Amino acid sequence: MVKKVVVSFPADSASRPLIYELIKKYDIKVSIIKADIDGGRGGKLVLELDSDSDHIRQAVNFMKESGVDVTPLEKKISYDDTKCVSCGACTSACPSGALSISAPDWKLKFQPDKCVVCKLCIVSCPLKLFKIEFAD
Amino acid sequence: MTRSYEEINEKIRKGKAVVLTAEQVSEMARTMSAKEILEKVDVVTTATFGAMCSSGAFLNFGHANPPIRMERIELNGVPVSGGLAAVDTFVGATDCNVQNPTYGGAHIIQDLIDGKEITLEAWGKGTDCYPRKHIKTTISLETINEAILCNPRNAYQNYNVALNTSDRTLYTYMGTLLPHMKNASYSSAGELSPLLNDPECRTIGLGTRIFLAGTQGYVTWNGTQFNCSKPLNENGVPMGNARTIAVMGEMREMSSEFLRGAYFEKYGVTMYVGIGVPIPLLDEDLAHRVSIRNSQIDTFIEDYGHECDLIGKVNYEQLRSGEFEFMGKKIHTAPLSSLYKARKIAAILKEWIEKGQFELTAPVRPMPTGTSLKGLKEI
Ligand code: SF4
Ligand code: SF4
Repeated sequence: MVKKVVVSFPADSASRPLIYELIKKYDIKVSIIKADIDGGRGGKLVLELDSDSDHIRQAVNFMKESGVDVTPLEKKISYDDTKCVSCGACTSACPSGALSISAPDWKLKFQPDKCVVCKLCIVSCPLKLFKIEFAD
Repeated sequence: MTRSYEEINEKIRKGKAVVLTAEQVSEMARTMSAKEILEKVDVVTTATFGAMCSSGAFLNFGHANPPIRMERIELNGVPVSGGLAAVDTFVGATDCNVQNPTYGGAHIIQDLIDGKEITLEAWGKGTDCYPRKHIKTTISLETINEAILCNPRNAYQNYNVALNTSDRTLYTYMGTLLPHMKNASYSSAGELSPLLNDPECRTIGLGTRIFLAGTQGYVTWNGTQFNCSKPLNENGVPMGNARTIAVMGEMREMSSEFLRGAYFEKYGVTMYVGIGVPIPLLDEDLAHRVSIRNSQIDTFIEDYGHECDLIGKVNYEQLRSGEFEFMGKKIHTAPLSSLYKARKIAAILKEWIEKGQFELTAPVRPMPTGTSLKGLKEI
């Protein structure tokens, strides 16, 4: 199975041996999807773990014991509403109804709980205001 | 009764003109006749904010020392016209660099309006009077001579609704069109749209003062593809893409609140432009025209999945409701032009006129009549 997780580690934990251990000890194929490492102040990694479910569970426990925070990944769509012109182009493509525009004010409305992260809005916004975030 | 431009302007100067937006007057028309509206109202403001590809700007950079006759010009890496004298250029809104297709002429125009610096690089062959062959420098609206927005075709009178009956997603200038008619997009401010409130352009012509991207601009000609031959519905409104206006204005007075560079996926760069046009109520006919409501404005349905066939018609009340029934299917609709911004523009123009800051101009030359569109033949 493949599982994506967000790993947040404090400044004093060493990240390199961690990944080494994941590969070596738990036989996991690790891909780093995103790395946000702030020199000296800890950081955040988005990892894709590929192995059988037992190994992944053990590996997640091991990381937690090593003092890092592990949470399953949720992708999140967001947009810059300060630049939005409420044209409606994104609502035309949105299949879930998360993006809508209607009377009375005809201002773009975004209901994140309805979003299925299909990413169609990212390509459909002519002002390129959407981005996908890896959030926990 | 009738009313002249001079009478209206006299009232504007005294701060006594009665100004309503086209939406307000359409609402009023539910209970009042055209005659009563004419008696009460002097001016009606109309507006639109939409993607207008046929737009651009003339810039004059000033001369370097030694001077260069710029024959090839790039602004932020985007090639722009080198065909205007030594240091003039025209930045077309859709100009772009194929290496970086999401940033183009429209973005350069927006960046300039936002006060940003732009990299200018230009090449010339070198002549006896213009010896320099190359220059690389930065420019901004502060450093250059003229910066004039000049849009050859804006504010389409009406526009076809786009949908897609094919089985693949299409990325078009009408936005993302999902297969099997899952959505339809429309691009008109309907009852608020300028040329739908004066469908025969009785008051809109060369010299008409307008709101253009945050400042006062002018209608400078009929827009290109000006088409008077579109069929009319029973309310005298042309269906589909009909008349257009060419407009000009001073870029230094504009605001990116009402002008934006945009990129449509797999199509290219375009520019969102905000335009507001005042309609003087000179007589009952005009009072009747500005009273038009969304339910009385029809447009054609165009199938982008099959060679842009016209396959039906629909009115703007149906489109605004969020869905309409067509060929036994409920089709989800969405706008492409911003009614939210258009309303802001109509309100600002109304305020300018009420405060005596904006007087109306009679056209110096009327728009053409009897025009139709020619196609392009292959040889
Ligand atoms: S990702 Fe898909 S579902 Fe979510 S807002 Fe964008 S278009 Fe709608
Ligand atoms: S497409 Fe972009 S600019 Fe238009 S309404 Fe959606 S987020 Fe706003």
